[in-house]
Amino acid sequence: MSELTYREAVRAALAEEIERDQNVVLLGEEVAQFNGAYKVSEGLLDKFGPDRIVDTPISEAGFIGMGVGASMLGVRPVMELMFWSFYSVAFDQILNNAANVRYMSGGLINCPIVIRGPANGGTNVGATHSHTPENVLANHPGVKVVVPATPADAKGLLKSSIRDNDPVMYLENTLLYGIKGEVPDEADFLIPLGSADVKRAGTDLTIVTYGRCVLHSLAAAETIAKEDGAEIEVVDLRTIRPLDIDTVIKSVTKTNRVLIVEEQKPFASVGAQVAFMIQEEAFDHLDAPITRVTTIDAPAIYSPPVETEQLPNVDRVLAAARRALKA
Amino acid sequence: MSETTTSKSASAEINQGLSSADKLELYRQMMRIRRFEERSLRAYQAKKIGGFLHLYIGQEAVAVGCCSLMGEHDHVITAYRDHGHAIAVGMDTKPLMAELYGKITGCSKGKGGSMHYFDPSNNFWGGHGIVGGQIPLGVGLAYGVKYQGHKGSAMAFMGDGAVNQGAVHEAMNLAALWDLPCVFVIENNRYSMGTSQIRSTAGPGLAERALGYGMHWEKCFGHDVYEVREIMNKVLTLAREEHKPSVVEIDTYRYRGHSVADPDKTYRTREEIDEYRKNKDPLIIFQHQLTEEGVLSEESQQEIDQAARAEADAAAEFAESSPFPTEADIQKHVYWEADHPDQRTSQGRLFFS
Repeated sequence: MSELTYREAVRAALAEEIERDQNVVLLGEEVAQFNGAYKVSEGLLDKFGPDRIVDTPISEAGFIGMGVGASMLGVRPVMELMFWSFYSVAFDQILNNAANVRYMSGGLINCPIVIRGPANGGTNVGATHSHTPENVLANHPGVKVVVPATPADAKGLLKSSIRDNDPVMYLENTLLYGIKGEVPDEADFLIPLGSADVKRAGTDLTIVTYGRCVLHSLAAAETIAKEDGAEIEVVDLRTIRPLDIDTVIKSVTKTNRVLIVEEQKPFASVGAQVAFMIQEEAFDHLDAPITRVTTIDAPAIYSPPVETEQLPNVDRVLAAARRALKA
Repeated sequence: MSETTTSKSASAEINQGLSSADKLELYRQMMRIRRFEERSLRAYQAKKIGGFLHLYIGQEAVAVGCCSLMGEHDHVITAYRDHGHAIAVGMDTKPLMAELYGKITGCSKGKGGSMHYFDPSNNFWGGHGIVGGQIPLGVGLAYGVKYQGHKGSAMAFMGDGAVNQGAVHEAMNLAALWDLPCVFVIENNRYSMGTSQIRSTAGPGLAERALGYGMHWEKCFGHDVYEVREIMNKVLTLAREEHKPSVVEIDTYRYRGHSVADPDKTYRTREEIDEYRKNKDPLIIFQHQLTEEGVLSEESQQEIDQAARAEADAAAEFAESSPFPTEADIQKHVYWEADHPDQRTSQGRLFFS
């Protein structure tokens, strides 16, 4: 085990997989000479050279589409989006081409591509740079969607994503890049996509969450354990598609109460899908309606102190969890 | 009779090397496309085919000329007017017709339809529905060829309408910036759906847009398969030998509407279409050329035509008699992993219904 930041964990996964498989390349804006806009790829150009670590022009549609085309020939490109928010510029390449080409070819072609980068609000960069498109992506059969919360998960899930034969959308978070955690060193440390993780065991309420909201949920759970004497179970989905709903249902049957915490606009969010599945599969186990903490429903506000309130935060999770425990 | 004269490209080295059999094969391929398209039109009119049907009639010399130059590491990708390219790369017409009929025996098992033909075994990567959206993929194929150390190329076909799509320009910049062996082939049939070039496209011409990227460019008379081969051989050699991309604008013409269901008289005249049919038809031009060369007799011309008609009919019969996919097929070929359950490494639900 090593103590790594989330950023270092992503970098370690990239380095190990580039080392392991000649077909793996990293392409994106500022990934090489600049060492990464968020320093995720720092040092990789020196280590692997310009054929494996490639700076692209600011042309998301062009270079993401290029990656999709190369993946059809067996290259395994990891494409960095400086922000996932820029996916809108490459929407056709990602969600028409990568998502559909296997289907439309009757299974003759597959796209082993990973598209990764940060997708989060909370950094005062306004509505254009704060999108969290995991629900939009997961709405497209053919792609997989991964949102890791911890350094260990970031590493194990990225390695699995790069080895996966389907297109994987891997969503990081700039506010997690500096967070430290214990990360296994083994070269074969893989976390299967589609496996949720119970980050905290509890009996009184299930919080279903993922990404940075896992940290808020764990903090709120600790406070409630101390101040209210209730034990909250925190289920980190880790992967949105495939979805490990069984782990969620198992928790719900134990706690009988559910709060969903997500950095999503509420309409047709990931949580909306999860809530639907819980009521469908565990209706009789629910003692109260399912509740949610989401991003307040508006484009991301710039004003720094107000943006903190627009997003899920520890205080909002605390209040919602206390309501859910009493409902 | 048309006003054809001997092709000035007949003496080009790449054409000089053709045997009589090779020349007849070029003619035969063009005829197979023509008859396949006519047969599919009849099937469409008989309501055997759903959705759109973008016919390639009139443009045959382009796909046949280009694809006749393909080697082991040369790849093709195109837009939705893809039947001609599919036949030219070597696909069997039976699964092509079955795909139009939406049958499980179709080349995409009834999942893609007319606009989405694929055949990786013949280096054919589609068949793409969004104008210009396939061009970045074509550059990716060229990137893959170069990255894997092969001497080859990718021909990325598009129509004249696609040159105004942003993704095309991003892709051109990447190819020129990184010396990727991509040939951007613009099949200029003069109309982007119902909008003529003059109403849609600024600047002196389409190929000239390569200038902005410092890329080599060529123009080509696409009604003469020899000329297509001559020009394309030049740019493919640049791609294979020097990894240099090019833009080639090939003048061509479609006789049918953008899709067959579209009105055809709102934006061009019957006289214009007739003029092309009479004087610039690629099959007639090449037939005259081969007759002059003493390669094609009237008898062999008839034989080739009859064989192509019979092949198209057989394809339609095959399509007709094939079964449709079932509801159980809807969720196949979505994920590689779901189709290979013994090799699946992920867990959880991939599907939500």
